[in-house]
Amino acid sequence: MPGRARILLWSAVIALLILLPPVAEALKQTFYIDLLRRVMIFAIAAASLNLILGYGGMISFGHAAYLGIGAYAVGILAFHGVDSGWMQWGTAIAASAVVAAVIGAVSIRTSGIYFIMITLAFTQMLYYLGMSLEVYGRDDGMRIKTHSQFWGLIDLADPVSFYYLVLALMLASLYLVHRLANSRFGMVLRAAKSNEARSRAIGFSPYLYRLAAFVIAGALCGLAGALLANHTAYISPDFMHWTRSGEIMFMVILGGIATTAGPLFGAFTLLVLETLLAGWTEHWQVYLGPLLILSVIFFRRGLAGILPGARDA
Amino acid sequence: MNLALVFEQLLNGVQFGVMLFLMAAGLTLVFGIMNLVNLAHGSLYMVGAYLAVSAIQWTGNYLLGVLLGLAGTLLVGMLVEVVALRTLYERDHLDQVLATFGLILFFNELVAMIWGRTALYTELPSWLEGHIEIFSGSRYPLYRALVIAVGLGVALGLWYVVTRTRLGMLIRAGASNRTMVAALGVNIRLLYTVVFGFGAALAGLAGLMSGPIYAVQPGMGELILIQVFVVIVIGGIGSIRGAFVGALVVGIVDTLGRAFLKPLLGTVLSPTAAEAAGPALASMLIYLLMAVVLALRPEGLFPSRGT
Amino acid sequence: MSGALLEARGLRKSFGALRASDGIDFDVLEGETHAVIGPNGAGKTTFISQLSGDLRPDAGSIRFSGEDVTALRAPARSRMGFARSFQITSIYREFTALENVALAVQAHAGHSFRFWKPARSERALRDPARAILDEVGLGARAEVIAANLAHGEQRQLEVAMALATKPRLLLLDEPVAGMGNDETQRMVTFLASLKGRQTIILVEHDMDAVFSLADRISVLVYGRIIATGSPQEIRVNAEVRRAYLGEDA
Repeated sequence: MPGRARILLWSAVIALLILLPPVAEALKQTFYIDLLRRVMIFAIAAASLNLILGYGGMISFGHAAYLGIGAYAVGILAFHGVDSGWMQWGTAIAASAVVAAVIGAVSIRTSGIYFIMITLAFTQMLYYLGMSLEVYGRDDGMRIKTHSQFWGLIDLADPVSFYYLVLALMLASLYLVHRLANSRFGMVLRAAKSNEARSRAIGFSPYLYRLAAFVIAGALCGLAGALLANHTAYISPDFMHWTRSGEIMFMVILGGIATTAGPLFGAFTLLVLETLLAGWTEHWQVYLGPLLILSVIFFRRGLAGILPGARDA
Repeated sequence: MNLALVFEQLLNGVQFGVMLFLMAAGLTLVFGIMNLVNLAHGSLYMVGAYLAVSAIQWTGNYLLGVLLGLAGTLLVGMLVEVVALRTLYERDHLDQVLATFGLILFFNELVAMIWGRTALYTELPSWLEGHIEIFSGSRYPLYRALVIAVGLGVALGLWYVVTRTRLGMLIRAGASNRTMVAALGVNIRLLYTVVFGFGAALAGLAGLMSGPIYAVQPGMGELILIQVFVVIVIGGIGSIRGAFVGALVVGIVDTLGRAFLKPLLGTVLSPTAAEAAGPALASMLIYLLMAVVLALRPEGLFPSRGT
Repeated sequence: MSGALLEARGLRKSFGALRASDGIDFDVLEGETHAVIGPNGAGKTTFISQLSGDLRPDAGSIRFSGEDVTALRAPARSRMGFARSFQITSIYREFTALENVALAVQAHAGHSFRFWKPARSERALRDPARAILDEVGLGARAEVIAANLAHGEQRQLEVAMALATKPRLLLLDEPVAGMGNDETQRMVTFLASLKGRQTIILVEHDMDAVFSLADRISVLVYGRIIATGSPQEIRVNAEVRRAYLGEDA
């Protein structure tokens, strides 16, 4: 019965994530709190990409754009003295949604390789924009002096509180994407990915549904960007670098494309692997590259393909 | 802003354009024929630049170094095709993007391991230094003029190969009908390897010519690759003619934008505003151009027929 | 001729030098089964694709119950009451048979900007979908992934999806192509059961199927309709025999 494996898997994952901070503190290994928080922030970004890439079949190679916009929204507002997290995060989400609407409106008219190249190119444009923003540190980026403030409800400067907030938001994001993917809306997206001609023949016009999904994904990734800015207390154009887009994409694939828990598994796998390799050798990318190629060739279904209960988790 | 300066920048734009074309031609051929999205095309550009730098130092002879660099990139390209990319032809674009992304990480780091992360510059031999006088009062660096000439020569040669030769016929047939070419008894695997190696050599040529003009450093390939994407989107994928026109347009627009947008804005905005907005707008210019072209012609200026 | 549901006038479509449709005039009456036959390469699929809105004709017009639909694309025509099956089976292979049909129901149940409720458990989609699967004889296979259905079942599923949109006009592009004898017989029986309550354009190679189902037959050769008439008239038409059956007259 797949349902039981699924419940077991989720219970184990959530329990481990809840238990991590006290255990790590007891063992004086607070580094892991930081690492897992980062993993979960990227899991949100990957979940948002999974909505359009995994379920919608839109190969966006520019998803880091929204990470950057979310982060810059926080950083720029903080720079001008606006500390309110409500304002900052609200702006992050809204700005990402607006940019996603513009990029989506142009790129979804195309398909296949055009779509890949256009999303990549637009993100590169935003990257160069960040590189040329004199006031906000150009290519050096800038520090954010204060964390987002939420009327004293939660203190993001405390690593553990922030960790639990990220955990809650990540679970909510995974659940959101899960609900979206299985709703009527999600079925239209998945159907259009599966067979566009058939969809059109039974009366669906996929464009607006795809655009809506693109905007939702952008907004959700904007939230991840706002979290990332608080996580690093720093913003830089590097958040929008095209390799970042590639990494988010790999998280989706490694975890298992079009699965609910895949983005979390994928983010975990990739970031932990990077951390391990980087701790071992300066030239870790020489090893990571071929590993990724091998995973594409031989490990196409991702972790969800081998973990019991993860396929439909 | 005098006329000679405008003219010089225009030529710089053409020079950048022909380099974009060398890149775009290989990428668009490989896509058109093998249906392969190769993000690692920029890595071959980088490999070409590094191999040439080393070969020139090693042989002490510029021309010999260039030839060795070209041959080396050709071999690296064919090796990559045989080892990694061959298995990807039947896969979807997503897999191709991901796998070639892995290749980029590998090549960038490998280059950093061998040559270090600091930028290198190619020394020009004395006979390539100096200027030529195009009309009185307008001097242009000899080397850049040579780059333009080589680029245009390659463009002409490509046009001839693709439209007038048996190889070109096979290439065009392969693009539209794989099984037919196979039925003609042509070894399609070998054809693909040769075409890929040829595209790699063109990228390597662009890379090694860039050596004396731009910095040779890890990651240099991706900077130009994304601009090449813009070229292909504007020109229409699979079309050599589109790649040529797109490359020149992008090269000229980008170069003129960087040179003149700031002073132009200065005439309507305050100097500080122009100082801030000029570079930002200049770096975004080609992407805006791409968006406009797409809005008007989603298939690019020269959509290729059949595919 | 009163009661023409669909009228095509002067349809032209070229691909390069090939004139796939070379001035086609064509009518379908309300309630009839109108078959289109013709040799391979006669332009049958090009023709039906223009009717369904998947291809835009170079010239000519298409009217559907009095309205000009020439400029409408496939999704809009589907919402007006067109439904088509494809020559090469076109279904959602990763989805179950039931989900396939439920999607077709959903496409005609208002907009789909409904983001929260799981679509699979919506009775408003499931129940009608199940009823249609029962009707076409796939009721027992509802939960099977479409890719795992037998070829004949996949063709049946495609027809079920078309019916789920409650079409006023059914365009069937070779519905029995590639089927075995038993499967063909079942499909023909089923299509015969639709006769009278469903208007059908049937493109088909299987002459037994065509002559047992069609009220009228049009013969398409090199992008032109060379004859239209009852099965009996077509059977004896000399021009048809010459052009199509390759007989010496």
